[in-house]
Amino acid sequence: MSSLILPAVLNGLTMGAVYALIALGLTLIYGVLHIINFAHGSLLMLGLYAAYFLFSYLGIDPYLAIIFVVPAFFVLGYLLQRVVIAPMSAGSEQNVLLVTLALSLVIDNLALFFWTSNTRTVDIPYAWDTVEVLGAYLTKGRVIAFFAALLVAGLMWLFMTRTRTGSAIRAVAIEKRGAEIVGIDVNHTYALTFGIGTACVALAACLLLPTFYATPQVGYTFVLVAFTTVVMGGMGSLPGALVAGLALGVIEALGGLFLGESLGQIGIFVAFILTLLFRPAGLLGRKPT
Amino acid sequence: MTHYINRRGLLKASGAMALLSGLASPSILRAQTPVVKIGVLEPLTGNLAYNGTQCAAGAKFAAEAINAAGGIKSMGGAQIELVIVDAESRPEVAAAAVDTLAEAGVCAFTGASASALGLASSQAAAKYDLAQVFSVGTAEAIVERGLHNVFRYTPGVNKITAVAMDNLKLLNDGAGNPVKTAAIIHEDGPFGTSMADLIEKTLPDQGITVVERIAHPTPHRDFNNIALRVKASKADIIIPSNYINEYTLMTRALQQQRVELMAIYSVLGGAASNIKFVRENNDLAQYVIDCNHWYDPKKEASQALAASVAAAGLDMTYDVMVAYATIQVVADALERGASDDRLKMIEALAASDYADSIMPYGPTKFVNGDNVSAAPVNLQVRGDKIEVIFPAEYATAEPVFPRPAAG
Repeated sequence: MSSLILPAVLNGLTMGAVYALIALGLTLIYGVLHIINFAHGSLLMLGLYAAYFLFSYLGIDPYLAIIFVVPAFFVLGYLLQRVVIAPMSAGSEQNVLLVTLALSLVIDNLALFFWTSNTRTVDIPYAWDTVEVLGAYLTKGRVIAFFAALLVAGLMWLFMTRTRTGSAIRAVAIEKRGAEIVGIDVNHTYALTFGIGTACVALAACLLLPTFYATPQVGYTFVLVAFTTVVMGGMGSLPGALVAGLALGVIEALGGLFLGESLGQIGIFVAFILTLLFRPAGLLGRKPT
Repeated sequence: MTHYINRRGLLKASGAMALLSGLASPSILRAQTPVVKIGVLEPLTGNLAYNGTQCAAGAKFAAEAINAAGGIKSMGGAQIELVIVDAESRPEVAAAAVDTLAEAGVCAFTGASASALGLASSQAAAKYDLAQVFSVGTAEAIVERGLHNVFRYTPGVNKITAVAMDNLKLLNDGAGNPVKTAAIIHEDGPFGTSMADLIEKTLPDQGITVVERIAHPTPHRDFNNIALRVKASKADIIIPSNYINEYTLMTRALQQQRVELMAIYSVLGGAASNIKFVRENNDLAQYVIDCNHWYDPKKEASQALAASVAAAGLDMTYDVMVAYATIQVVADALERGASDDRLKMIEALAASDYADSIMPYGPTKFVNGDNVSAAPVNLQVRGDKIEVIFPAEYATAEPVFPRPAAG
């Protein structure tokens, strides 16, 4: 069994990178809009289908599809916030919660109606190739996702801390009324944030598709872990999402190894409860003032 | 130019049309071809939509073939009219849909792709004395409730597992008993767990030691751990029982972790008998063996069905086959009973000895609603085809066991 620990940890890290990628957009949206986006899993599913259709009909590799899908999903997210979520929620955070839940139901059922529940996969042989690291065989597609998660988390952190738009987003997140007074367009900033969060999940979808599959229900496979990642990392914390995602991947892998795959996910929720007990603001979250 | 029609003109025109239509369509004025309604209850939406849609297609092909051959002759050539209802992949909807079928006047119905749906619908149908002929429903509970309206045409999990283990022994004996150890990988629901229990109990009697038994949830995101455990166990073969998505990820992980196996021997494998899996993962699918529902490919009706399915651009899956066969069984009961009365249908089905369906079964014999003549077959993926390898009388290819070592 001991010989399996290192491969399990390394495989867990690559799986955790996928969780982190999905959670980055979710935590950004929570950090600014203070809402749990229930439609996040559905948007992941739409991203997977977008990458799948680009591959099937136009032969575009899912990694190349990033340059089309990510901007398209930024626009989609922006419009969803501007045209659907903001007007329907009428400024109430509870309403936003219900609107995103409704959006998720509508998107999932439309996907089921138009695309059926058939499983869709893409055949990109190099994504399934393996890379040998310290005697462990890792899926190349997952290794790519691992480095992409590090890169995206870094870029987003730079964007949030080094750009005027990032400063505006942080200002709206901390003090909405104050940001309004200094001339920041709050509605535009909200939509911008939702757009960036949606673009992040589309990026995660493009990186996930080569080693996974698309079905209308696929969002549920990841969204619960993504929510756990966000809370465990610290709600609104980008580095926190990255660290928590990687940690959960490893915890899940070791849990599966020692407790069996059916019970392996218990590790995720034990870690989650322990974090809430001893660091209620999350691993890298700000303590409430 | 514009035409205006006044009231008198309209009356004249209507009279003329009525007369003309009567002359042109004498059959409408005389006796109409009798129609007999058969229900098809399948999950056309929801998680099981793929299986349900395939089943509905199979039922339609069967009705078309029977109608084209003259319909139900004992009922004056009555044409079969299918009443297709969506069970939405939810047991409560499946139960409620029985009311719709009863109101539509069906004489019996087929369905419903999953045991949970069929258990609910057959219970609801009992109060109408409405027969349900199960296309797929492997849970033994289906035939253990003593319901007079239940007829399971295809084999249940006990029969399938027993046949699968017998055939594994034959394969292993024939190859000189190279397989000494096995790992069982199964989904952790009732389907996978009950089957894994049976397999684990049977394998030692065949001289095969179970060195690893791994349960996993559905859906499951990563099979690398499982592949590593199988590798460490040094199992000669794996026996998986899971659904298509997990099956695909599992075979990928086994390949990536360079797990060397003499065979992947599935029992009711989610993907191994699915031509979509074979098409999309051809390299992984090679030489995979599955024990599952399948038709007799040598029969004329089977070949005609395969041609119709191909012409319709559909995949030939076991769902299509079993749904086709169950409509054949219902049609035979109508033929013998010469009545679409519900109780007479139940009597006719209970006495069924139908031997001409496309399935590789002997004459039907329902014992407590279970067709004891039903049996699965062993299939093996070879190239881009799924070949029958066992039993010999239905085989289209010789088995390759153990599979060739990966080059």
